[in-house]
Amino acid sequence: MTAAAHNGPQGLDDDLVPPLNALQAMAESSRCLYCYDPACVNACPTGIDIPGFIHRINDGNVVGAAKTILSANIMGGTCARVCPTEILCEQACVRNAGEQRPVSIGRLQRFATDALMARGGGHPFARAPGSGKRVAVVGAGPSGLACAHRLSMLGHAVNIFEAKAKPGGLNEYGLAAYKMTGDFAQREVAFILGIGGIDIHYGKRLGDDLQLGALSGDYDAVFLAIGLAAGRPLGVEGSDLAGVMEALSFIEALRQGRAPAVAGRVVVIGGGNTAVDAAIQSHCLGAEDVVMAYRRGIAQMGATTWEQQLARISGVAIKPWLAPKRILGSGGKVTGVVFERTRLVDGRLQGTGTDVELSADLVLSAVGQELREGELAGIPVTEGRIGIDADYQTARPGVFAGGDCVKSGLDLTVQAVEDGKRAALAIDRFIRKGVSHGRSA
Amino acid sequence: MADLRSRIAGISSPNPFWLASAPPTDKAYNVVRAFQAGWGGVVWKTLGEDPPVINVSSRYGALLDGNRELLGFNNIELITDRPLALNLQEITQVKKDWPDRALVVSLMARMEESAWVGLVKRIEETGADGLELNLGCPHGMCERGMGSAIGQVPEMVEQVTRWVRASTRMPLIVKLTPNVTNILWPAEAARRGGADAVSLINTVNSIASVDLDLMAPTPTVDGKGTHGGYCGPAVKPIALNMVAEIGRNHVTADLPISGIGGIGSWRDAAEFLALGAANVQVCTAAMVHGFRIVGPMIDGLSQWMDDKGYGRIDDFAGAALGNVVDWNSLNMNFSTKAVIDPDLCIDCGRCHIVCEDTSHQAIRIEANGGKRVFRVVDEDCVGCNLCSHVCPVPQCITMRPEANGKPYMNWTQDPRNPLRAAQG
Ligand SMILES: Cc1cc2nc3c(=O)[nH]c(=O)nc-3n(C[C@H](O)[C@H](O)[C@H](O)COP(=O)(O)OP(=O)(O)OC[C@H]3O[C@@H](n4cnc5c(N)ncnc54)[C@H](O)[C@@H]3O)c2cc1C
Ligand SMILES: Cc1cc2nc3c(=O)[nH]c(=O)nc-3n(C[C@H](O)[C@H](O)[C@H](O)COP(=O)(O)O)c2cc1C
Ligand code: SF4
Repeated sequence: MTAAAHNGPQGLDDDLVPPLNALQAMAESSRCLYCYDPACVNACPTGIDIPGFIHRINDGNVVGAAKTILSANIMGGTCARVCPTEILCEQACVRNAGEQRPVSIGRLQRFATDALMARGGGHPFARAPGSGKRVAVVGAGPSGLACAHRLSMLGHAVNIFEAKAKPGGLNEYGLAAYKMTGDFAQREVAFILGIGGIDIHYGKRLGDDLQLGALSGDYDAVFLAIGLAAGRPLGVEGSDLAGVMEALSFIEALRQGRAPAVAGRVVVIGGGNTAVDAAIQSHCLGAEDVVMAYRRGIAQMGATTWEQQLARISGVAIKPWLAPKRILGSGGKVTGVVFERTRLVDGRLQGTGTDVELSADLVLSAVGQELREGELAGIPVTEGRIGIDADYQTARPGVFAGGDCVKSGLDLTVQAVEDGKRAALAIDRFIRKGVSHGRSA
Repeated sequence: MADLRSRIAGISSPNPFWLASAPPTDKAYNVVRAFQAGWGGVVWKTLGEDPPVINVSSRYGALLDGNRELLGFNNIELITDRPLALNLQEITQVKKDWPDRALVVSLMARMEESAWVGLVKRIEETGADGLELNLGCPHGMCERGMGSAIGQVPEMVEQVTRWVRASTRMPLIVKLTPNVTNILWPAEAARRGGADAVSLINTVNSIASVDLDLMAPTPTVDGKGTHGGYCGPAVKPIALNMVAEIGRNHVTADLPISGIGGIGSWRDAAEFLALGAANVQVCTAAMVHGFRIVGPMIDGLSQWMDDKGYGRIDDFAGAALGNVVDWNSLNMNFSTKAVIDPDLCIDCGRCHIVCEDTSHQAIRIEANGGKRVFRVVDEDCVGCNLCSHVCPVPQCITMRPEANGKPYMNWTQDPRNPLRAAQG
């Protein structure tokens, strides 16, 4: 998607990038050159056979196209909506050479996966004969669900333990509403569970309601897919004032239809995806004025260029080089934020000593998410993430981990899905090795 | 500006672009619009004896590419379904109103002299410029003993041509069907019968597609279908070959040809003219784009002729014909190699996979940082051209003849030919 023709979402339910109709899908799919072993496939963390699925769309074989996608990425539907394709597959499309316009891979992917889900009928993948093995998955987000689905395909029985009341992880509670219109997160989970062999137990929090030691004992393997559940604290005076919120809690509330009343001035602190999404969505909810304040420069922002453009197009002002210093309030309610202007000196960020004050009725903090280490029963953590080997196994044998709670690549849905898929294959090898050893002994 | 005037069988037209006998030339309304758009001539939709035929509903089939561009077209229509007198009256009027354009009338009849001569006599009165005998329609009419039922039997082609030739002085074109084993047999028969020219090709027998829900061929008429006539871009190579075969056959070399089949651009037309056609006829391209398609054909041909320094069509007519030879005359010592321009290459990998899987394993992939480099191994490349055809970037893969210094040597002279002695 390019920003050129975009006005920004006109409301939370306004599908950000609308689906292609059949005519558009045909025209767009015919632009794919059916490259051999192309860069777009390598640029997709899940390695979807992109020319293969686009060729099938053009052949009128939309079910085959969807199966091609889903066999590599069972959340192809969500990824089609939320992947930053401008830094993934589409960035690598050979059509960028000469035409400067890649094939709209993401939109074609949505065309195919939507069509398959709309047809209903049986689940497209079959389960291998039952292995008699049981795997526990902690967390029903993209990584946990992808792992569970693949394990089920491989013939294992899966129990998922999820702290919240609904499945989907950030698909349900975090992604921008206008990217996931029409309750897509829940529809997709239902589709994934259609394979069978997966039971989800809600309201079960590792560290509270269940313990890792017991899980390891009860199951042949455990997969941790708990994401980054804790918001990183702002750590400045005034963070406890009314009207100061974690951006993710704000998004979670609006995604669940409990959007806080938004009016007047909103200041969002942070420069990543979450900050952009919080800023645009508060604009959709009626903020008069939305400012995104980031402590470094535009070039260092985690949000991609397209996301930054989308924020600006939607009316968000992006102010770089502002580090939060103090939150101002009166009568226990927020009134503004004092920032210190920053700059880079020899590559290091420094305060300049100049203060800038922005008035605010709502302050949303989007300065990152962290692991809740306490839940992990002592499993080693490096640089804030669960440590794993090349097989996604943690320091404790039989306990695997993937998704945002490990450092495998970018913190994206598509990477979480790939982690889940790969971990499932590693778990399969791990538990089957056990089986064959048992037999030969 | 190049002079595009053309002449065939004594009929002149301001340009070589005629509409072929078909729906675009079915009545005065269409033909007048065609002349307004600039067409040099038309062959009126085939006339027959009264009562007029009745057509079925659901008539056309199509072969489309992935982008819904039409590659091939197929129909099961018959000849004109309007009364003879009405057609003749309109032909008379149109010819009077458009004296500078070519107006040829197509006709078809049973294998009976009186039927053909009767029609010819009435057409003569219209003042039309010439006749085209439709001996080609491969569907419907052939089941009634007309069209290709006549065109597929050289003796009948000769007989009908002879009957018409004896009855009129009008210029006489015989339209040939491609649904034959050897196009030279009907072409020679037409010449023996006294034709002034031949036109080809009429449509190719075909089933356009099968409707997999109805389990019936398309176009489908109440659940059934029948074979129809195939035309459009897909048939052009077949037509070009047949035109060349007639042109390089000594018996028919002097027989003027009106080239038909898949012509949609000035370049298509130039190719037919280069193989010796005196003019061209178009049906499908007009049915797909409307009569305006002649505009780009006229100025495209004229521009190309200017660029090449051709003042008149005769300056390049037949220029490619001498280079159409039998395989046995090709130079076995010629060698050409694929050359890939790394600057134009967009890294799609198509050349590699086709050569690797289906040709001669001559394109290696060499990593060069991010972008792959595709290198042709000259010793392995046989010069088949496959990679250059599948490369999506124009001019990225070109074929470069090797200067190997070897003399011309054809297969009959080649020491590797086990039958050389016998042939020589
Ligand atoms: C606001 C926001 C916007 C984003 N936008 C995009 C985007 O547009 N495109 C994109 O590709 N990525 C985006 N991301 C990133 C993407 O959402 C994540 O990378 C992805 O969801 C990670 O998946 P996961 O399964 O590892 O974790 P999560 O999605 O976080 O799922 C973890 C699950 O585990 C559960 N859980 C946590 N702790 C426990 C516990 N102790 N016991 C039991 N259950 C537990 C949680 O409730 C949750 O259901 C965004 C992230 C955020 C925060
Ligand atoms: C719908 C249709 C009807 C046709 N009817 C006639 C006809 O009545 N007489 C005739 O000689 N050829 C008829 N033709 C054949 C065309 O004149 C022409 O020979 C053939 O279509 C190949 O040319 P093209 O590829 O430009 O269409 C018909 C073709 C079509 C598509
Ligand atoms: S011309 Fe044929 S053999 Fe030579 S490199 Fe190309 S595909 Fe291979």
